[in-house]
Amino acid sequence: MRKLIFFMLLSVIICDLYGQVTISGKIKDYKGKPVPGASVSLKETYDGAVSDSSGNYIFTTSEKGDFIFLVTNIGYRSSEQKITIGTTALSIDVSIKEELSELKAVTVISGSFAAGDTKRAATVLTSLDVVTVGGGNADITSAVRTLPGAQQIGEKEGLFVRGGTGAETKQFIDGTLVNNPYFANAPDLGSRGRFSPFLFKGTVFSTGGYSALYGQALSSALILESIDLPERSAANLSVSPIILGGGFQDLSKDKKASWGVNYNYVNLVAYFNIVKQTPDYFTMPAFHNGDANFRIKTKNGIIKYYTTFSKSDMGLRRQDIDSLSMKDAFGLKNINWYNNISWRENLGKGWKMNLGAGYSTNTDDINQQLQDQDNKQQFITDKPWLQAKNFTLKNRQDLSQVKAVFEKRLFGISTIRFGGEYMYSINDNNYNDTLKSKLVDNFESLFAETDIYVTNDVAAKIGGRFENSSILGKVNFAPRISLAYKVGNGAQVSAAYGIFYQKPENQQLIYTRSLGYTKATHYILTYQKTTNDRIFRAEVFYKKYADLIKTDAITFNYFNYNNGGSGYAKGIEFFWRDKKSIKNFDYWISYSYLDTKREYLNYPQQLFPDFAATHTASVVTKRFFMDIKTGFNFTYSYATGRPYYNFMYNGTGNKYVIADQGKTNDYHSLGFSANYVPSLGKQNSKLFWVLVASVTNVLGNDIVYGYNYSYNGVNKMPINPAAKRFYFIGVFFSWGVDRTEDAINNNL
Amino acid sequence: MKKFIAAMALLATISVNAQSEKYVQTMKTNLAKFDSVKTTADYQALAATFERIGDAEKTQWLPYYYAGLALTTAGWMDQNMDKDANAEKIKAVCTKAEAIEKNAEVYTIRNMAATQQMIVDPQSRWMSYGQEASGYLQKGMQLDANNPRLYYLQAMSVFGTPEQFGGGKAKAKPIFEKAIALFKAETPKPLYPHWGQKEAEAKLAECQ
Repeated sequence: MRKLIFFMLLSVIICDLYGQVTISGKIKDYKGKPVPGASVSLKETYDGAVSDSSGNYIFTTSEKGDFIFLVTNIGYRSSEQKITIGTTALSIDVSIKEELSELKAVTVISGSFAAGDTKRAATVLTSLDVVTVGGGNADITSAVRTLPGAQQIGEKEGLFVRGGTGAETKQFIDGTLVNNPYFANAPDLGSRGRFSPFLFKGTVFSTGGYSALYGQALSSALILESIDLPERSAANLSVSPIILGGGFQDLSKDKKASWGVNYNYVNLVAYFNIVKQTPDYFTMPAFHNGDANFRIKTKNGIIKYYTTFSKSDMGLRRQDIDSLSMKDAFGLKNINWYNNISWRENLGKGWKMNLGAGYSTNTDDINQQLQDQDNKQQFITDKPWLQAKNFTLKNRQDLSQVKAVFEKRLFGISTIRFGGEYMYSINDNNYNDTLKSKLVDNFESLFAETDIYVTNDVAAKIGGRFENSSILGKVNFAPRISLAYKVGNGAQVSAAYGIFYQKPENQQLIYTRSLGYTKATHYILTYQKTTNDRIFRAEVFYKKYADLIKTDAITFNYFNYNNGGSGYAKGIEFFWRDKKSIKNFDYWISYSYLDTKREYLNYPQQLFPDFAATHTASVVTKRFFMDIKTGFNFTYSYATGRPYYNFMYNGTGNKYVIADQGKTNDYHSLGFSANYVPSLGKQNSKLFWVLVASVTNVLGNDIVYGYNYSYNGVNKMPINPAAKRFYFIGVFFSWGVDRTEDAINNNL
Repeated sequence: MKKFIAAMALLATISVNAQSEKYVQTMKTNLAKFDSVKTTADYQALAATFERIGDAEKTQWLPYYYAGLALTTAGWMDQNMDKDANAEKIKAVCTKAEAIEKNAEVYTIRNMAATQQMIVDPQSRWMSYGQEASGYLQKGMQLDANNPRLYYLQAMSVFGTPEQFGGGKAKAKPIFEKAIALFKAETPKPLYPHWGQKEAEAKLAECQ
């Protein structure tokens, strides 16, 4: 009995010593919203708990005395407070503050589609996505045309964005402007881009409201960021009825530097003999393309150099529009050399630097003749509109530029970027060896922009750009502001405003230099919701054009230019991409509604321009079948008919009037491509090869982009592609060790 | 009275060894919970408990290791979990563990976290998170070439990679076999990890 009493006493003592106290409460953020998953503890002890889905926690402790009560949660600042534990239960509510973090913070996405930047959730297109757009023929511009905001324009080069012309979209590589991004081609035939999608790791297609770091594009910027070091050393070979090419890429053993050279020869003679083309090619298009690069890793950055050289020759005859018995013969020789060097360095102490320099030169040598049925040149001196079809034109454009951008981390994750650029451009024009002109421009800009993060949920980008062009003798200042607000997990609403200026085109400056900048003001509102495999985006925009270049009639064949034009564009766009719902199946859908009018060039009043369609839509699908190692890709594009006009000079009133107008039929086009990748799964295979086949306009729809009119306005001829379909088949070999296998083998 | 003295003596010894004894007992109690916890919230609570133990002990890496293991286990189990956020937590405890001791076991946790991030979207994440995951295995093997769990995880990665990309059952089989041989040779220290043999044997059976 004594023993029992003793043990009871002992247990009472122990219970008192180890008397348990309950601590409970709620964890909230500064907005009063409960924070689940926060860790609560008594510092230096084992005791604590995790807050539940409503932010509540509860635990018991046998500790007594003064302790530090600690609340921690990833992404939040931890909170510490002194508490004293006695014998009664404690109730402690704690508010914790969210930390600013680049991973969590909202990034402003208004107006821009970030493509291929895998670090961001807003990834839309990777370079592999670009080459597997069915019917896109591995052309970046063709792939971008499947995104909302871009028009289905096939008769001219370039991206026509939100009621803007092709010239209103500029391309930038590693920060610097690209002067002639497309291969030269005959009028009305369109053209593909010079740069392979594999050169780039990231593509940002901005449909407006873009950063103050870029300028001289009224509508849109295509911002390309080149790859850093390649993954491996490799030799490659391309074989197809149109292309023969080879190259070599060397990655140093320490993986700190690389260099490479490539060359390819494109000749369409065999292809045009098999696939009938509407124009009669008297010089079969042939291209010599070479490129070279080196890349060197520096202490905390990289230096990259890329150069490409291209020489092409072509000539074609088409029916003359003014005379059924005659033909127009158009010959074009082009030489293009592009150089870009950039140096990106993290300088430490929150400083980053981006330097870029570029030199490019482009020469077009055009010989246009009016010919009879026997292809003999004809001179019809009494009809100037026919005689004007005999000419030679030699145009050379040189652009040298430097650009420097510095970035400094301010408080939290907020940063400021600033810098400047200088461009020296020469445009040398020689018409018939009689009319010669040389345009020289010294263009400078200074810009600054700051990213301000108020919380992870609110971000603002405020910037401005100051520009000066010597040829215009005018300066401008362009403010840019955008805001983003996170409205839920992966969802944000953002808005952008900005003023954009662009110099008039060279062919206008040849006539007169008393012109000013053309101007556009953008207003954009975006909603975007992203998860890893899905993205939904809706955007409304309004763009106001001012000071557009207008043709000023003097007599029936003389005119001048002024800044009297104006216009607007507004619309709504949707984008949906889903890689999740069906396994190995990836698709996206774009839709754009556009309402736009402009008065420019010889438009007598504000009109819906001939390069814009009210409704545009694209459906892109990609499916890879593992068991047959083949992918099938289809792209369907649709646009409502575009208006077309014939503007004629009217002597009474000395102005242009609409002599005829109409609307083309709707545009339908189905593109297809298949890629067979037999090397998948071959272990230790040194050879990797891909067979690619593709067809544009599979269904053979009649595509009419618009109409050309004869001088008297009586005859009109449709503008069609050179052939209904374009077929491509080719094999691409690469010798080198596939890194995916390296990764596995190294572990064995 | 003798008994009272005996009891007091017992209490005295307990208090002398209280620190480590309390640690060992708490670790044992919580390790046993790996068999009973079910939901993601349970695993997160268990991980938080281990992390508190680690924070209080300061010189023990095992509590952090088990905190990471609890979170990766939840990651394998819960398909709807935000794997990036979970991996962020896992990496934080791994960093704490490595501040005390860098070893192969912690790399197994890092490997699993990166693998879970890769599986979210293998096509686009293979290059980043897949490389990261295999890098951890390599680093782990440099520290301990005979750690069976590293080989088990490597075999799992090969097993899960499509044959077309150089994976598959045939390629995974010899690695599972190596892992099992190493498991059999392993003599675990108290509280040290000793998981994976059963799983490796089950997977090897699938490879036959």
